[in-house]
Amino acid sequence: MKKANRTILTGLGAIALLTVVSVGAEALAGSVSGLSIMLAVLKKATVYSLLAVSMNLLNGFTGLFSLGQAGFMLVGAYTYAILTIPVAKRAGVYQYYDGGVVQFSLPEMFSGVLGGTVGPVVGMVAALLVCGALAAFFGWLIGLPVLRLKSDYLAIATLGFAEIMRTFIQFEGFAPLTNGSNTLRQYTTFKHLYPYVIVVGICILLLVLLVNSSYGRAFKAIRDDEIAAEAMGINLAKHKMMSFVISSFFAGVGGGLMAMYTSSVQAKGFTAAMTYEILLMVVIGGIGSITGSILASFLFIGCSEWWLRFLDDSANNIGGMKLLAPGFRMVVFSVIVMIIVLFFRRGIMGSKELPDLFKKRQGKEGTR
Amino acid sequence: MLKINDLKVSYGGIEAVKGISFEVPNGQIVTLIGANGAGKSTTLRTIAGLVRPAGGHIQLDGEDITGLSPDKIVSKGITLVPEGRRVFPDLTVLENLRIGAYLRKDSLDSDIKWVYELFPRLQERSWQAAGTLSGGEQQMLAVGRALMSRPKIIMMDEPSLGLAPLVVKGIFEIIREINRQGVTVLLIEQNAYMALHTAHTGYVLETGKITLTGPGKELLRNEDVKRAYLGS
Repeated sequence: MKKANRTILTGLGAIALLTVVSVGAEALAGSVSGLSIMLAVLKKATVYSLLAVSMNLLNGFTGLFSLGQAGFMLVGAYTYAILTIPVAKRAGVYQYYDGGVVQFSLPEMFSGVLGGTVGPVVGMVAALLVCGALAAFFGWLIGLPVLRLKSDYLAIATLGFAEIMRTFIQFEGFAPLTNGSNTLRQYTTFKHLYPYVIVVGICILLLVLLVNSSYGRAFKAIRDDEIAAEAMGINLAKHKMMSFVISSFFAGVGGGLMAMYTSSVQAKGFTAAMTYEILLMVVIGGIGSITGSILASFLFIGCSEWWLRFLDDSANNIGGMKLLAPGFRMVVFSVIVMIIVLFFRRGIMGSKELPDLFKKRQGKEGTR
Repeated sequence: MLKINDLKVSYGGIEAVKGISFEVPNGQIVTLIGANGAGKSTTLRTIAGLVRPAGGHIQLDGEDITGLSPDKIVSKGITLVPEGRRVFPDLTVLENLRIGAYLRKDSLDSDIKWVYELFPRLQERSWQAAGTLSGGEQQMLAVGRALMSRPKIIMMDEPSLGLAPLVVKGIFEIIREINRQGVTVLLIEQNAYMALHTAHTGYVLETGKITLTGPGKELLRNEDVKRAYLGS
């Protein structure tokens, strides 16, 4: 139990530190020209790190190969947008559907009660919780049939779910709620980087505590050997469902944050490619390593959105070389990914966590 | 006492166990011996709840436990050491032991100490991933892990499988030691000599039926058993 307390303290400390750093980074990005992209990259990477960690819980810690991430994110993103568009702006957003059926906005409701400064924040956080809860509910619903499947079959079934969700949400019948195939926009968002960092930090801390608990140990046992885990008295169906629902919850919260970051949501964007991107982060970071997933998210987003940008600019071509052109960035990026996978077979971190690297193996906790 | 009555198990229409009855009295070591495909593993897996029986009854201390789920059966006090050890390779030795006690909510400190006393080698390797242990150490861990649930009855599926003769001897010594400390043991083995030598009671299983029964030492002298399983 002492260990859990120590993890909480370390985690809260890290969140506080990162909050300060993010405030600093934001000030820096605002004052130095050319660095404004850094802020966008940091926001996106922060959101993706939560998505990657939630996927890692399922794929890395429980050994359930699921590709439904984009589907749960979609549920989260739509839920967030629908709940937070200010009432006055609804007529404009739902222009083809008479302002839609939802005629309230959580941030506004809470500002009515708690005042204009605290209210919207509480409203946004409440909306994020609803995102998670709804995604978790969908996870439970989908989990009932598909968790009987294993490995590739589970992957195909969950991928199918994500694709169905994408079409389903654009269905005309739901349009007064979801705005059909039109975008949802003008909803309330976090303006700064640090609220993203705090929300994602708390979510990841909760996931770390889960993974380190006896439930987390049971998940890992299921991953390592299902039959042995069952023989030890671990209820497979119950624990797989638990992992699936929790992962969906955080994918939903991540989807809500994603909606904030992009500031407009359309179902079309939540493709399987999005799931693969997150899967790639999990694999590059190390299957079964939370810090690995976080590191990989930042490296991945940094590479794909920022550091390799110069490759897209044909003005950077030297001499008569015609290599650099829009899109070339992704070619180089793919090669980098291949190299990483070839040289780090188990990802950057393997199944280790960042603190493990600074710790000696012996006497880590004695023999309690 | 574990009492098996007319147990029948089928796999996809093929009857692997054709109505066997036997008893495992408290405090004893009971062994089922038999050739490949005789139905030994199936019997243990059925008692552990991993396979549903097609017929018959399993009773523990008078209570019917037929067809209960594996976690219920573990919490009733029957634990299986699965065939081929099946430790969790990426978890440390200590984590493996803790998983063994997954259904218990009380303190594990004294039990971990107990297992480490039985297997000092495991204590040395406490922080090592179980997958990096040798075969013999993995078998010790599999037994230790099962003991962590504080079972009344520990069932072992071929604990000598793939181990060097000297290690096998060590494993059987441990089985006797565990039994001396009050745990009932149900053992199935291909190594009939070692198993019968260790067991209080032996049952011979042939193609899904029990053909012979008696005290272990007596079966060792039985001509049929000698011919079929001891190769003399």
